[in-house]
Order: sequence, then C-alpha cells, then structure tokens
Amino acid sequence: MAANRKRKSALPGFRFTMGFTVLYLSLIVLIPLAGLVVKTAGLTLPQFWDTVTSQRVLASYRVSLLTAFFAALVNVAFGLIVAWVLVRYRFPGKKIVDGLVDIPFALPTAVAGIALTSIYAPNGWIGKLLDPLGIKVAYTPLGITVALIFIGVPFVVRTVQPVLQELENEMEESAALLGAYRWRTFRKVLLPELVPPLITGFALAFARGIGEYGSVVFISGNMPLKTEITPLLIITKLEQYEYSQATAIALVLLLISFALLLVINTLQRWTNRRLRSA
Amino acid sequence: MAGAVTTVTTLSNEARPKHLTEPRPVRYLLIAVALLFIGIVVVLPMLTVLLEAFRKGWSAYIEALKDPDAMAALRLTLITALIAVPLNTIFGVAAAWAITKFKFRGKNLLVTLIDLPFAVSPVISGLVYILLFGAQGFFGPWLMDHDMKIVFATPGIVLATMFVTFPFVARELLPLMEAQGVQDEEAAVSLGSKGWRTFFKVTLPNIKWGLLYGIILCNARAMGEFGAVSVVSGHIRGETNTLPLHIEILYNEYQYTSSFAVASLLMLLAIITLVIKGLIEGKLARSRHGQ
Repeated sequence: MAANRKRKSALPGFRFTMGFTVLYLSLIVLIPLAGLVVKTAGLTLPQFWDTVTSQRVLASYRVSLLTAFFAALVNVAFGLIVAWVLVRYRFPGKKIVDGLVDIPFALPTAVAGIALTSIYAPNGWIGKLLDPLGIKVAYTPLGITVALIFIGVPFVVRTVQPVLQELENEMEESAALLGAYRWRTFRKVLLPELVPPLITGFALAFARGIGEYGSVVFISGNMPLKTEITPLLIITKLEQYEYSQATAIALVLLLISFALLLVINTLQRWTNRRLRSA
Repeated sequence: MAGAVTTVTTLSNEARPKHLTEPRPVRYLLIAVALLFIGIVVVLPMLTVLLEAFRKGWSAYIEALKDPDAMAALRLTLITALIAVPLNTIFGVAAAWAITKFKFRGKNLLVTLIDLPFAVSPVISGLVYILLFGAQGFFGPWLMDHDMKIVFATPGIVLATMFVTFPFVARELLPLMEAQGVQDEEAAVSLGSKGWRTFFKVTLPNIKWGLLYGIILCNARAMGEFGAVSVVSGHIRGETNTLPLHIEILYNEYQYTSSFAVASLLMLLAIITLVIKGLIEGKLARSRHGQ
C-alpha cells in the first residue's frame, strides 16, 4: 500500500485499490466478456448473419422483446399508482407494502417461476378461473408476460418514488389556487416531472425482462417459434454443443442490453439533473 | 442498473393538505388498485410457495429438507456464497475507495464497467465461463491436461455467481462514500494516521451500514442465482446442484411438495434479507443526514 503523494489527494492507497479493482474487474468480467466476442469473431460474417437471423432465432427475439415490452408497460401503469399511493397517502400496512415491492428483487427467480406456473396452470388458482373463459396463461406468451411483470415490479416503483418525494408542492399549490382541477394539475404539472423516471423505470424493466431466464423458463412451455425466449435458445444451443451458434445469439442479446444500458444511463443523468435543479 | 432499484426510501406519514390531494373516493380507489396489484403479483406467489410446501403436512416438509440431495445442495449454496460474497465485498470496498477518494481520468467509464454485469443476461454470465474453461474453450485443453475442472464443477458455479453479484457492494458504497467526501480521512492522515488505520478507524465506521446493506443484497442474489449457475453446473445431483437448481430438478420430476419445500427456504432467505434491509435503511438515512 504505497502512498501516492504526487496525486492531488493526500490519501494513501490509490495504486493498491485501483490496481486491485482493475485486476479483479478484468478477471471476472472483462476477459470473460471479451472471450464471447473473440469466439464470435471465429465465425465468418455470412455464418454469423445466418445464425442470428434464422427463423427460430428471429422468433425468439420476437417473443423476448414483445413480452418484455408489454410487461414493462403494465409495470409503468401500476408502478406509478403504487409509487403514488406509497408517497402521498396514509393507509394501514403501508410499510409492509413498501417492503413487498422489493420481493421480486430478493426472491430467487426459480422460486418465482414455479410459484407463478402453479398459479396460472389450467388447474391453478387463477388458471382455473381463466380457463373457462378460454384464456390460457401458462405455456403461452401471456404466461411469459406475467412472469416478467413480477420481475419488473421494483424497477418502476423505485425510480418514480424518489422523484415523487422530491417534487415541490409550490407548483401544485399555485395550480390549485388558480382553480385547476386535480386531474388537470396532475396532467399539466406533475406528469411532465414524472415522465423521465417513468421512462427510466420502463427501460430498466424492459432490459431485465429481455435477459430474464429463471422465472420464465417454467411458465413458458418453451415451444420453439412460439414461446421460446432468446436466453433459453442460447442454453438449448449449448446443450446441443452448437457453441458458436450459442455465442453468436448471445452477442446479439448482449448488444441489445448494452444499447439499453446506454439509454438508461443517459436518462438517469437527465433525471438527476432535473432533481438537483428543482 | 438493476441495482439502482435499491434506492433508500423513507416513507412520510403526514397527511397532505386537502387542496393538494385527491377526493376521498379517488384516493381509496388508487389504494385499492395498488394493493390489488401487489397482492396478485407479489403476495399470491409467496402464499403459493407456503401452501404447496406444507400441502402434505409438516413431516413431509421436514422430510423434503432432510433429503441428502437437498442437504448437499444447501451445502454447495452456502460454500458458493461464502466465497463469492467476501471477494465481491473486498472488491467493492477497494473500488469505492479508489473511485470516491481520488480524481482520475476514465472514472465514468470504470463505473459503467462495474455496472456491466447488471446488464448481462444471467445465461450469458454462465456462457462466458463455458467459452473460457469448457472442453472446447480457450483454456479447456490445458485444464484437461492438468486434470482440472472448472465448469460443471464448483469453481465454475462460484465464478458465475461472482460475475452475477459483482456490482452489488460497490453500487451501494459509491454514492455513500461520494457524499461523505475526503475530509475525515484527510484530517486523520494529516494527524499522522497510517493507511489501514485510517480506513478501519475513520472510513469503516462511516460506511458500515451501507456496506452491510450491499453485503446482504449480494448474499441474497448469490444464494438465489439460477440462470448463470444453471449453465455452468452440469446438474449432477448431490454434487453440482445448488438450492435453486435442486428446486428445478424436483419440479421437473413432479415432486412438487419437495420442490416447494426447498423453495420456501429460499423465500425465507429473501424475507429475512428484506427485513434486515428495512432495519438498515433507517440507520442509513440517519447517517446520510448526519453528514
């Protein structure tokens, strides 16, 4: 632990902690991820293209993207209501509800997966009610969406909550004094402030949904072309020893995730700036 | 990014002035909608786990947990967490120290790279280690010559878990230590305190709740990770099965009661984690305001 006094900071330990950080980061994250790219580079461009645009793979992107999209949309609507109620109203059991919001984050995905499957299977609690109506949830894209709604709950609530807490009453107050109705005040004064965190929450839930595996694999039924998500297809290819195909599909999934990460980071910086200037 | 959801929140319980809130029926309706949503989406699955686990009674429940394969899975899960969590904790503290106490170029890039594992699908987190250490992987032949096994064995499971839980501790410490600045440490150093002593006597007391917060979240994820571990495990019963993988095997064999019994253990872990998290949040909010 050499004190590096040439730096601006008088504190010791920069070289030691920085060295360890970079080493550990490289060994655990960067080198393995680079391996993925190197392995894919072993394919010729036409091979790569044929793999990642084959009918079954395209169908899996479609299932993954659409279910994650609709699940994130549902979470935007209900997440806003949950966050609103938690920040602004008083009711018994509020602290417990607030804690329950984090359950999807803390509960292992396999546990969620088997529980949701048994609820929505044709003989399950909710499946039994929906079955006579001709609505099938388990083993359909709807089931995948249900699992992703569960997984996405904390994202929207936890991004909207702090913004809602920081919102100043003044603008609302003047709108009310000017005789604006509540709904109009909400739409014109509050909603514009809530749009950035809502989009961030949406993007976080969407990104998580695209890569999600554990909670989905039980309820999806895993039918190629119909209910096969991209992460599962990667595993299927691996099990068939199609390493380069699995890697190529994984690279596409990785690029989608990174693009979303970029969007999310930009959005969060934007929201934080607004929060600070408020 | 997924870690970003663990923002510390404080709930206020003041009533809002009448002209700044909605009419009573609207309020009640919104509360009802929120409760119904959380009830169906979050509470119902938890109830299902409990009911299914105890469907055949207490003795069947205990029997399922005492099964040798379940015990072996529990042991492997504990070993994995016992290696992955401390290593990621040391990393998190070192990274947070370097990033928040010093100025250097490329800081934003480093923070983004630390966040990367949150953006990667768990399946890919496992896949990358197969590509490195699998039979067809870069180091596969070398490992085979030396009779060493990483994937489809415990080291692979530990590595995949480390990858998935990599950012947790760092994520919690970064904003906390950023807000605390360097004054305390600089004062200690100018009074002649040495590096390690400064850390243990000055920094650690300031960050202890944030650190604990990161560690319990890291631990919950380490013990519950399914996708990444599933890819590298090889699914050998009694050998390379963690608790989540054991749940899957039992479920696929239609041993629902046993499967849910094991699942209830992990659910208990999740609930305990969140209760501790709630307790720490109070302290954390206070230590932040104290700054």
